[in-house]
Amino acid sequence: MRKRTGIEVSIAAAEAVGSANVDVIAAYPITPQTHIVEHLSELVNNGELDAQFIPVESEHSAMSVCCGSSAAGARTFTCTSSQGLALMNEIVFIAATLRLPIVMILANRSLSGPLSIWNDHTDVMSIRDCGWIQVFAETGQEVYDHVMFAFKVAENPKVSLPVILNMDGFILTHVIEPIEFWEPEQVSGYLPTFKPVNALDPDRPTTVGAFGLPGIFTEAKKAQDMALIESKPEIIKAWEELGQVTGRHYRPVETHLAEGAETVFLTMGSIGQTVAMAVETLRERGEAVGLVKLRLWRPFPFEELRRAVGGAKRIIVIDRAISYGGTGGPVASEIRAAFYGEENMPVVTNFLCGLAGRDVTPDDYIAMYQQTRRMVAGRVRQEDYVIYGVRE
Amino acid sequence: MEALNVYAARLLEKNEYFTPGHRACQGCAEALAVRLVAKALGRNVMVASATGCMEIISSPLPFTNWQVPWIHVAFENAAAVISGVEAAYKALARKGRIKDRGTVFLGMGGDGATTDIGFQALSGAFERGHDFLYVCYDNEAYMNTGIQRSSSTPFGASTTTSPAGKKVAGQVTWKKNMAEIAVAHNVPYVATACSSYPFDLMEKVQKAAQTPGPAYVHILSVCPTGWRLPPNKAIWIGRLAVETGVFPLYEVADGRYRITVHVPELRPVEEYLKPQGRFRHLTPDLTAQIQERVTKEYRKLVAKTQFTY
Repeated sequence: MRKRTGIEVSIAAAEAVGSANVDVIAAYPITPQTHIVEHLSELVNNGELDAQFIPVESEHSAMSVCCGSSAAGARTFTCTSSQGLALMNEIVFIAATLRLPIVMILANRSLSGPLSIWNDHTDVMSIRDCGWIQVFAETGQEVYDHVMFAFKVAENPKVSLPVILNMDGFILTHVIEPIEFWEPEQVSGYLPTFKPVNALDPDRPTTVGAFGLPGIFTEAKKAQDMALIESKPEIIKAWEELGQVTGRHYRPVETHLAEGAETVFLTMGSIGQTVAMAVETLRERGEAVGLVKLRLWRPFPFEELRRAVGGAKRIIVIDRAISYGGTGGPVASEIRAAFYGEENMPVVTNFLCGLAGRDVTPDDYIAMYQQTRRMVAGRVRQEDYVIYGVRE
Repeated sequence: MEALNVYAARLLEKNEYFTPGHRACQGCAEALAVRLVAKALGRNVMVASATGCMEIISSPLPFTNWQVPWIHVAFENAAAVISGVEAAYKALARKGRIKDRGTVFLGMGGDGATTDIGFQALSGAFERGHDFLYVCYDNEAYMNTGIQRSSSTPFGASTTTSPAGKKVAGQVTWKKNMAEIAVAHNVPYVATACSSYPFDLMEKVQKAAQTPGPAYVHILSVCPTGWRLPPNKAIWIGRLAVETGVFPLYEVADGRYRITVHVPELRPVEEYLKPQGRFRHLTPDLTAQIQERVTKEYRKLVAKTQFTY
């Protein structure tokens, strides 16, 4: 193993973007994303990174600048959180339809109100259907590696779609972790120079962003859906190649002690590590419990998920967002949908926790497991979700 | 000047970069303005358009009227999108991935996209100093959605959201002066234009394109549909807007004002207002208020042309 450097994950992420030799960065400051763009502007102003850093006047303009830049054929990066994502929402959807390979790090933070700067997944869940490839990182190293991965996948001409890399705010952005950096030749070997499929060019004029009459709109949407679905093999290939470069192997769905488990936890993002501790404790106590981690959120890895869950009878889905007055946890409703109609459909219990940075400890997850055992004695439906840890 | 114009036309670009066959209304002076701007800029240009009339009439998938690279993303962000295109071009040219051929970057939008919803994005792009030209095609209301008022709608005009009612006689606010707002950003070249004065318009667009840094051209674009005018009166009413002083044609280069189409004696505003259905309800009192305002604003403008530093 190569040398690891103790570094704040945000700085490492910015270094990764710099190593990727990005051409244009457009961003607006918002906690907890700030350290990433601060460091990028430092790299640019110190002459260490040859890129245009556009300090825009809003996130709406950040994503708009990214659309223009990416359409003109530049490797393009932005980064935001929470309210910033909400403000750029409109353009996020358009970027996917225009098939622009923008890479965005989302430093996940709770969506207001009440105003909170702390971590959960209410921001990313608000754009679940935006058409971007969406992946979650669990550790700082994963964030660093996935910056290269995100550009590689997005710019792959067979994909040509924007990618969101989710990293939990503060829990990942503001911690110092030992990170193994890539050597420049590793980066250049893995990530070739961006060759756009169709760039704005006076020699080859193209019209980008034409409007769709009803007679063609449905076909455009079908094509977009197919593009996202068909990106999955390319995503897997990019992870395999990344494994060859780094020795770290990533998959759409990963497991920990899931073999022979009767109950599995299902998580996304950094809480996977805490849940892993709970699972280990429960295993020591003789409980058949495992962990399934969803790394790829869009395109949704149906097959890989079913395989990872295996013969487990129960899935405890941990959600970090709320669908008010509806299905409760957005992840749980997807998991249920993925298993609906399958033989030996597992029972899904759904716990909403860790909202806006509320600490959730291994003991809490053990308590959720015990509560699940009580719940499954009766019938558990989607609307029986539990907002965990509410102080009464 | 009239005779010379015969020759001037021969100097113009023959090709059309905004081609015929678009779906604008009859007599649309905005489409004419777009055509003139495209002609003035030629083929070495990249365009970012806001959502609006000019976008929908020219780009119904899979058709296009654009013979130059053109991108539309949303309503309020043309200035930001063109910022990104310009930034990409700079970065790629510097890194040797494309050749720097002095491409012009044009952002365009209607008055709603410029003076209202896209105001912030435009202010940001001005402030950041991108090398681009922004053209506002001002037809004085949200025509694409059905003639709703904008901050660029003139005082007294009846629109579908500022109707001439029994108590309130149309638009109750004065038109936002976007060109002056651009000047306040220290934009090095700002001009007003009108498609009734095509040579003046094209010259300004070319000057704007040649100016390093941001430039802004505000084009009064007569909309017969929204202004309640016969389509064959569009050019004529545009001329009256200038001759009455309602919409003076001037430029501000590096802070210095110059009136480009001189009107030795302003005609009464009534001549401009009367033919337009949107002003049909105006009382003599309201017309007098408009006259007073127009005279005052024109004098202010003339005073600015006399200011030197």
